[in-house]
Amino acid sequence: MAFSTKTRGIYQDVLKGIQEAGLFKQERFIHSAQAADIEVEFPTGSSLKKVINICANNYLGLSSHPEVVKAARQGLDTHGYGMSSVRFICGTQDIHRKLEKMVSAFLGTEETILFPSCMDANAGVFEAVLTKDDVMISDRLVHASIIDGIRLCSAMHDTYKHSDMEHLESKLQLHNDKRLKMVITDGVFSMDGDTAKLDKMADLCDKYDALLFCDDSHASGFIGKTGRGTHEKYGVMAKMDIITTTFGKGLGGASGGCVSGRRELVEMCRQKARPYLFSNTIAPPVVAGVIKVLEILSATTERRDKLEKNTEFWRKGLTEAGLIIKEGDTPIVPVMLFNAKLSQDVSTDLYNEGIYAIGFFFPVVPQGQARIRTQISAGHEIHHLEKALDAFRKVGKKYNILGKTKQEIIDRYGM
Amino acid sequence: MEEMKEIIRAYVVKEYVEDDTEVGFDTPLISGGIVDSFSMVSLKRFLENRYGISIPDDKATPEAFDSVNKICALVQEYLH
Repeated sequence: MAFSTKTRGIYQDVLKGIQEAGLFKQERFIHSAQAADIEVEFPTGSSLKKVINICANNYLGLSSHPEVVKAARQGLDTHGYGMSSVRFICGTQDIHRKLEKMVSAFLGTEETILFPSCMDANAGVFEAVLTKDDVMISDRLVHASIIDGIRLCSAMHDTYKHSDMEHLESKLQLHNDKRLKMVITDGVFSMDGDTAKLDKMADLCDKYDALLFCDDSHASGFIGKTGRGTHEKYGVMAKMDIITTTFGKGLGGASGGCVSGRRELVEMCRQKARPYLFSNTIAPPVVAGVIKVLEILSATTERRDKLEKNTEFWRKGLTEAGLIIKEGDTPIVPVMLFNAKLSQDVSTDLYNEGIYAIGFFFPVVPQGQARIRTQISAGHEIHHLEKALDAFRKVGKKYNILGKTKQEIIDRYGM
Repeated sequence: MEEMKEIIRAYVVKEYVEDDTEVGFDTPLISGGIVDSFSMVSLKRFLENRYGISIPDDKATPEAFDSVNKICALVQEYLH
């Protein structure tokens, strides 16, 4: 037996260490469809509790939208359940190609290639388009999937301070001798909810002949006047060289992702990206669902407009309640608590009040930056948000953090 | 040598330190979490450009870059 007592003991010790460090992740079982109102079993074995979900990436409320569910069901009937093949052997259907064309039209790009997830898109794209003669210059707060993709690529890698354009320019100067330079950023940063300054970045990329890459997973479908993403918000639709995004958040919330951008770069991914070449693409019912999502979002901006209004209401409500939030205008609204234990206690109390929101602390966010990350959805109605605000006021009062400064909260609870 | 140390220290602080962390000549940079291994590349390139040297990749290790003093010793090695 290879899995000996000694081997098991090694893993048990590691897992115990994770638990003792307070970093052990426990899943809560949701017994209903994903929506603003959900039924949750937590702790495991307890009776179901009805709660309002304010921690999903379901920004547009499309995860369980009847038209999307119906389209996915029809896709299942007409195109089957799975492909049992990678794309280039016998795993490409008409609807895969249709979705690629629709994504290009929606994002305003030349071409698109689907991936099983955006994690896979980011894991494969850099290695496919860059070599050891090139350099990747990334924001220091980019998503973990980008970091993994960068690690898999032979090009040189450097970083710039978060959203610091002066620092980015100094890096473009430092590496100006490289064959190709690629500037890499998230569109909306998932932990702080701030946006990349894509207009200034595009200017710098023009000046230094660099490629511009943006992961718009927390933006596609709702950032910008017509929801095309961060590049629309900053007026640089035609200047993006590569956008990666997911269908697992605002765009239906199921799964799948893509690389979208310059024709040649996308073709390089089709020829060389390993997660594309060596795994099945998105399953037919999901493809059919995403096609419906893009049809809905191309026909009307109603949902992103509602999300914008909900976000304004939520940010204003939290601020007026006396809580400290990260400034911005995206539906990712971190409520800052600074202390790790406080973030867990507040999360537990909110859950007892019927509000499902998670506390994040180091190492997911920097030391002393613990928070409750709230995420607003077009699926929320004002009564959901009012109830959640009531809960935040009640819990905030209990911990005496309403109207307090950062220093006052740290003085009371520590970093 | 002292001037070189000051120049390297100033670069490290400007480039990597985003709070009030103090950096001495023996402060652990990589093992102390001030410089992440991803960001070492800009430090290497800075040294090469500033001092007109070429540091082989296999010599630019996290250990060799772990303090201002160690970096200075490495640069000295390739200056001659």
